Amino acid sequence: METGKRDSQGRRTFLSARAPVYLSTFSRFLLWLLPLSFLLIAFFFPLARILALTLDSKTFTTENLLLVIRVVRFTFYQAILSTLLTLLLGLPSAYLFARYDFRGKSLLRALTAVPFMLPTVVVASSFSAIFGSRGLFSFLFPLSQNSSIFHPSPFTLILLAHVFYNTTIIIRVVGNALSSLDPKLEQAARSLGADPFRVWWSLILPLLRPSLFAASLLVFLFDFTSFGVILLLGGSQFATLEVEIYLRVLKLPNLPLAAYLSITQLICTIIFSIIYTYFSARATAQLAPRSIIFKPKTVKQKAFVALFSLFLTLFFILPLSALPIRSFFRLEADRGQRGDVQYGFTTDYYRELFVNRRGSVFYVPPIQAALNSLGYGGATVIISLLLGFPAAFALAKPTRLEKILDPLIMLPLGSSAVMLGLGFIITYGRWLTSPLLVPFAHTLVALPFVIRTLQPAIASIPQRLRQAASSLGASPLDVWKNIDLPILRRATLAAATFAFTVSLGEFGATLLISRPEHPTIPVAIERFLSQPGGLNYGQAMAMATILMVLTLTSILLIERVRLPNSGEF
Amino acid sequence: MLEVHHVFKTYEGQLLLKDISFNVDTGETVCLLGASGSGKSTLLRIIAGLEDSDSGSVSFNNLDLTSTPPHLRDFGLVFQDYALFPHLNVSENVAFGLKMRRLPQDEIIQRVANSLEMVNLSGFGLRRVTELSGGEQQRVALARALATRPRLLMFDEPLGALDRTLREDLLNELRKILHQTQIPAIYVTHDQEEAFTIADRVLILYDGRIIREGTPADVWANPESAFVARFLGLGNIFRGEVTGKTKEDGWKVESNFGVFTIRCDHKHQKGDKVHLLARPLSAESEPNIIHGVVNDVIFQHDRFKVTFDNGLYVHLPNAPTVGEKLTVQVKVECLA
Repeated sequence: METGKRDSQGRRTFLSARAPVYLSTFSRFLLWLLPLSFLLIAFFFPLARILALTLDSKTFTTENLLLVIRVVRFTFYQAILSTLLTLLLGLPSAYLFARYDFRGKSLLRALTAVPFMLPTVVVASSFSAIFGSRGLFSFLFPLSQNSSIFHPSPFTLILLAHVFYNTTIIIRVVGNALSSLDPKLEQAARSLGADPFRVWWSLILPLLRPSLFAASLLVFLFDFTSFGVILLLGGSQFATLEVEIYLRVLKLPNLPLAAYLSITQLICTIIFSIIYTYFSARATAQLAPRSIIFKPKTVKQKAFVALFSLFLTLFFILPLSALPIRSFFRLEADRGQRGDVQYGFTTDYYRELFVNRRGSVFYVPPIQAALNSLGYGGATVIISLLLGFPAAFALAKPTRLEKILDPLIMLPLGSSAVMLGLGFIITYGRWLTSPLLVPFAHTLVALPFVIRTLQPAIASIPQRLRQAASSLGASPLDVWKNIDLPILRRATLAAATFAFTVSLGEFGATLLISRPEHPTIPVAIERFLSQPGGLNYGQAMAMATILMVLTLTSILLIERVRLPNSGEF
Repeated sequence: MLEVHHVFKTYEGQLLLKDISFNVDTGETVCLLGASGSGKSTLLRIIAGLEDSDSGSVSFNNLDLTSTPPHLRDFGLVFQDYALFPHLNVSENVAFGLKMRRLPQDEIIQRVANSLEMVNLSGFGLRRVTELSGGEQQRVALARALATRPRLLMFDEPLGALDRTLREDLLNELRKILHQTQIPAIYVTHDQEEAFTIADRVLILYDGRIIREGTPADVWANPESAFVARFLGLGNIFRGEVTGKTKEDGWKVESNFGVFTIRCDHKHQKGDKVHLLARPLSAESEPNIIHGVVNDVIFQHDRFKVTFDNGLYVHLPNAPTVGEKLTVQVKVECLA
């Protein structure tokens, strides 16, 4: 007798033991051929080249070692500080969402998740638009020039932007754990004589510890590898590992040193990822049998809910709205009008995007960057779907070997974008003019998302459906056309949109490998921001607004087409 | 019609099917009866072409199908979990095979309507399949398989997921449809009642082999082996030793439960070890008796199952009291 499993409806099935082989070894090989070749060429080979560069003993000087130590120390410092601040805002938020029911809750929850999905350049531009030296606050509160509340330092801005970005992680992970705690535990502790504080300190916090660690580590990882926010808001004096790599590639070329920094960075992220995986596996609390969400009753509860939700709303709405406002709002003199400042509504920044000015930052009308982005995005969608489908098919029912391959595919996601760019430059420098290089780099980042979207959808199609179709006379092609494709249509659309969004927002790698005459939107924003003058700044705001709208539209599309239970990221 | 020749199949290093041969004739319903894990579903998938056998062949009308892919075999297959296409409605599911055959639209509409009518689902065409009950879903699966008018229909535990009364109703309808259409069919199940209701011929699969083949009545009356008798739950099975001949050309067999007189066609010799089957029904014309102290009495609808302290059991119309000493006349057969 064999041991049967129960399927989702509790029926005994013997599928797992007796089902015909899902894919033959040969077809698995064929499925993996393209995606693995791609990873090998676009990721592992460049990685090997970076490693080889570090063997250059001339770089191994005390001076460089001290530099690496200084950079690592600062990277840790800002990441830890950012993580702590994120916890400071995230924990009460998680509590708010997990325990209280109030008007506009789902909207506010969605709002807190928006920044996480926005490109780094958009977030950086948003904070610049409100707190920056050319931002709205310096116009609204000119008298309080010295007040650090309205005019935070660049470093404070970086930390704020990181909090803005990652609070949603704490809300989601810790909030989910909190809302799935069995309320009976709390009631039991209270009946045993614990006051509310003791309940938190000796019951809830210990129970939340794994998810708290997991969420904090994830936030830390994002802060540790943050690039766009730091470069755009702080500039090169805030040398984190990412920024320093970028400097050593483009500004003060020293590729072996850049390689050292990259490997240091990679080792750190891999260690943190492993610790994260360990904690997140333990972070699943038992599911609450019933909901413990209630409307605030006491005055204290009402005040907490009202004030804190108002604060959250402001914190998230202000930067997001400041960006489009600033893109339509002239705050300073245009070129050649020094002293004669005109304030007010303007569409100049957008109109200027279509003009190819001599001596401007570009050799082409800036709007060309938007067209480039769309083109690269389209190419990324095609390539990543082409590579993602076969891999997702194989991974839908992975063999033991393929379970090892799975984290390898995810690896590019964990490694820094700047490093991916560095690898491309070292390895494929002479093909830098090729229009395919940027979409390839974007595909590296997009592929994990594409596979993670397609794989569960493919796995959810029972093999029996295909068998049934084939017994009804459907050829393998008919099966694919009539069964797989229609069922996967939504997942495919979601995966494509993911790839497109990733490509639109990708900054680190693109900054390194894109040709000056073929900028993408994020690269164009960086260039506008690094140039003097109100017009350049305004155009950066306009570009960032365009990027924000494009990204938000894509996110809405993904939300609409995603199956309700196809998992989160 | 369908001939299966010497099929062997290993699965994960274990010989799952050992030299399976049988055929199915026009209009005939053959039932593969076996415990789960006996390889019957695998055999079905080999016939459907969804899986390859290690050796042996499957042919239809003397045409070898070994290299014919499943979609060209024209064999309908009905699964236990229905395998309805969730993205298509009832009509579209039924029409699927017809579209694959690229039939003209009006014929598809006609045939879909006919098939749905045959399974009593007229008017369900536009429903989503996910909204249907288990029984309704299985009817759609049946209609889908019937619509293409396949040259063979195969059922893989088709009623396994349904509750008892629904199962009986559907089984009767299925019997009627198979009679009407005269499509030869292979029906796989582990439920002997289902098998004996629907089959013209029953094949009992045990340990990868067909150990008994015959009409339901024949198999029931002559299980021929202890395996089959035990699998079908025909009665008390125990071992005995032939001690000699009786006057009426029968054999005397001694066992732990007494000495029995049996009549059979086997050529026994004195000292032969045989399996005996003592049917649980009391029959007054029988020469053999079993006796013992009543140990347990279980009510079973129209009878009582009475178990003795020695482990034997009989079915009686009235309940004796526990501890009572009882003697019952029963039929005892030789299973060789």
